[in-house]
Amino acid sequence: MRRMFPLRITAYTATSAMGAGLAATRSALAARRSGLAPCDLPDMPPGIWIGRVREAEAVEPPAPLAAFACRNTRLAELALRQDGFMEAVAAAARRHGAQRIAVVLGTSTSGIEETERRWSRRDAAGALAPYDFARTHDLHALPRYVRARLGLAGPCVSVSTACTSGARSFLDAATLIAAGLADAAVVGGADTLCRLTLHGFGSLELLARGPTRPCAEDRDGISIGEAAAFALLERAGPGDGGALALLGGGASSDGHHMSSPHPDGHGAVTAMQEALASAGLAPAAIGYVNMHGTGTRANDAMEDRAIARVFGDAVPCSSTKGWTGHTLGASGALEAAISAICVEEGLVPGCLGLDRPDPSFASRIAVANIAAPVARVLSNSFGFGGSNCALVIGRLP
Amino acid sequence: MSAPGGIAGGGGGACSLGIAGIGVLGPGLAGWQAAMPVLAGEAPFEAAPFTPPPPALLPATERRRTGPSVRLALAVAAEAVAASGLPPEELDTIFASSNGEPQVIVSILDALHAPDGAISPTQFHNSVHNAAAGYWGIAVGSARPSASLGGHDFAFATGLMQAGAQVAARGRPVLCVAHDVPMPEPLDALRPMQGAFAVALVLTPRPGPHGSLDLRFAPEAVAEEPPLPPPLAALRAGNPAARSLPLLAALAARRPARLRLALLEDAALDIAVAP
Repeated sequence: MRRMFPLRITAYTATSAMGAGLAATRSALAARRSGLAPCDLPDMPPGIWIGRVREAEAVEPPAPLAAFACRNTRLAELALRQDGFMEAVAAAARRHGAQRIAVVLGTSTSGIEETERRWSRRDAAGALAPYDFARTHDLHALPRYVRARLGLAGPCVSVSTACTSGARSFLDAATLIAAGLADAAVVGGADTLCRLTLHGFGSLELLARGPTRPCAEDRDGISIGEAAAFALLERAGPGDGGALALLGGGASSDGHHMSSPHPDGHGAVTAMQEALASAGLAPAAIGYVNMHGTGTRANDAMEDRAIARVFGDAVPCSSTKGWTGHTLGASGALEAAISAICVEEGLVPGCLGLDRPDPSFASRIAVANIAAPVARVLSNSFGFGGSNCALVIGRLP
Repeated sequence: MSAPGGIAGGGGGACSLGIAGIGVLGPGLAGWQAAMPVLAGEAPFEAAPFTPPPPALLPATERRRTGPSVRLALAVAAEAVAASGLPPEELDTIFASSNGEPQVIVSILDALHAPDGAISPTQFHNSVHNAAAGYWGIAVGSARPSASLGGHDFAFATGLMQAGAQVAARGRPVLCVAHDVPMPEPLDALRPMQGAFAVALVLTPRPGPHGSLDLRFAPEAVAEEPPLPPPLAALRAGNPAARSLPLLAALAARRPARLRLALLEDAALDIAVAP
């Protein structure tokens, strides 16, 4: 077995309902300012809140890539423009060669919103007016766009493992690098608001009536959001001590049910333990657990049990979905970026919108921000199909 | 534990792996044993229509919920794993598909635009691209990691690249499945496809009973897909998973081959097959 970790995080960026780029994200986290708002998109379930990135809606891809225009591409494009990310990738391409940088990105619904818009305008025979399906609706549209936009020429992979997609992209990229098929990778994900997911979670009666309140005793479900987040991963070198890094990652399957987690969280425990083992770390080395924390009764209870089995009540935990909503296939990537911010800022962001955690919980849930050094963060993602993934973000020794 | 093969020649990175089991299902290709003589050119190809079998491995309630693309994936996965002799619950998996289960997406899109706008919870959880992986995990009781990939026309080669890299990097066997069925109306006009097709390979760190593969990424356009007899070429043209046919033909004939499969318009997977 080849050593897959650590990988240096040379650059990263995130755009969500908290704002475009890391400065806006940091400031929203510090001020405990949620990006959620009552849903004002047409034809959505009534009475819900969403994490919408309005600023992305006016963004257009550059003319040569105009065929990719759709809600997901606009959001990805807005995110790529932040934090000097494109410049950092260009510098990496000069170091390694454009063909040695993979693009591995997660999405659950890609540009399906484009198809939804057109569906209501079908002609009398039910046919859709032509558009570029491959560059919008198709899952591969996202990594193809980002690869073309960044001028890269290496392997191109679209990962779609429901709500673990963004986290899983980090692992699949680490695999390509360890196997020698790439020297660096652009990882992350993008997912955008669409009728399929909002009505879908509505059909499962999992949508919160107000802003989502993960870990609250009276939590009542998910708020859906949209986000794009990217990171540039490279092999760590001897001079990289102190740099941000992906220290480890683990995954598992529940093999239990398509949409309900195993109530005891066996799969979640396995993913966390694998992530720690791959990083060569004991649970006590983790300073903060960024939960999947969707705000549903089942997820948060399961995740609390799983975290308590791995960490006891020693490590502060919280979900940041009260700020952004559940950004589905992008959530793992977004929360990896938030984890990196927590390490850089020395911040544990306490869950929003509650005075005390569910008293039945056994793990140590933070409900207020704590300013303290955070050496390493473990970030959880779980998804339909029984998919589990955990990442460890910290600094290189 | 160290993986054999390793990084051949440094910078250009290649992965060497073995094949321990194969499954295939397509028009006129009813399982690996039946398909082998056809693919090897020893028996005539007759494109017979077929219906993906209900997955016997799943409990009845789950079985009823599976669509044709998931059924195809589970059928070839079960065949390849049985042939490999490896315990199914110990295999990491990579599922690759362009369309996933498109009939589910289309019925949800229809429902969203119907007057009451209600969609079925079962349809929704079946709409995820990793539905096949999820049902496979339930069917064999696996807790092993799994990834589900898209890839448009390039899903098979992308899945094989990722699975091969995983075998090399982690030194563990990987079940690699590619499956696709055509889009229903009206999406078929935008994403034309013909015929259902699925293939599964159990890939191992060491050479297997079906020989070994050497995989390499090439940042070059593919001028022409590897040659196939016309009826098989037609099958390939209709379904992304059937782009595996040149590899399957080489494995069936047990002949060494060098194949270049497109990974994108400007990138390819070079595959060296050693029987």
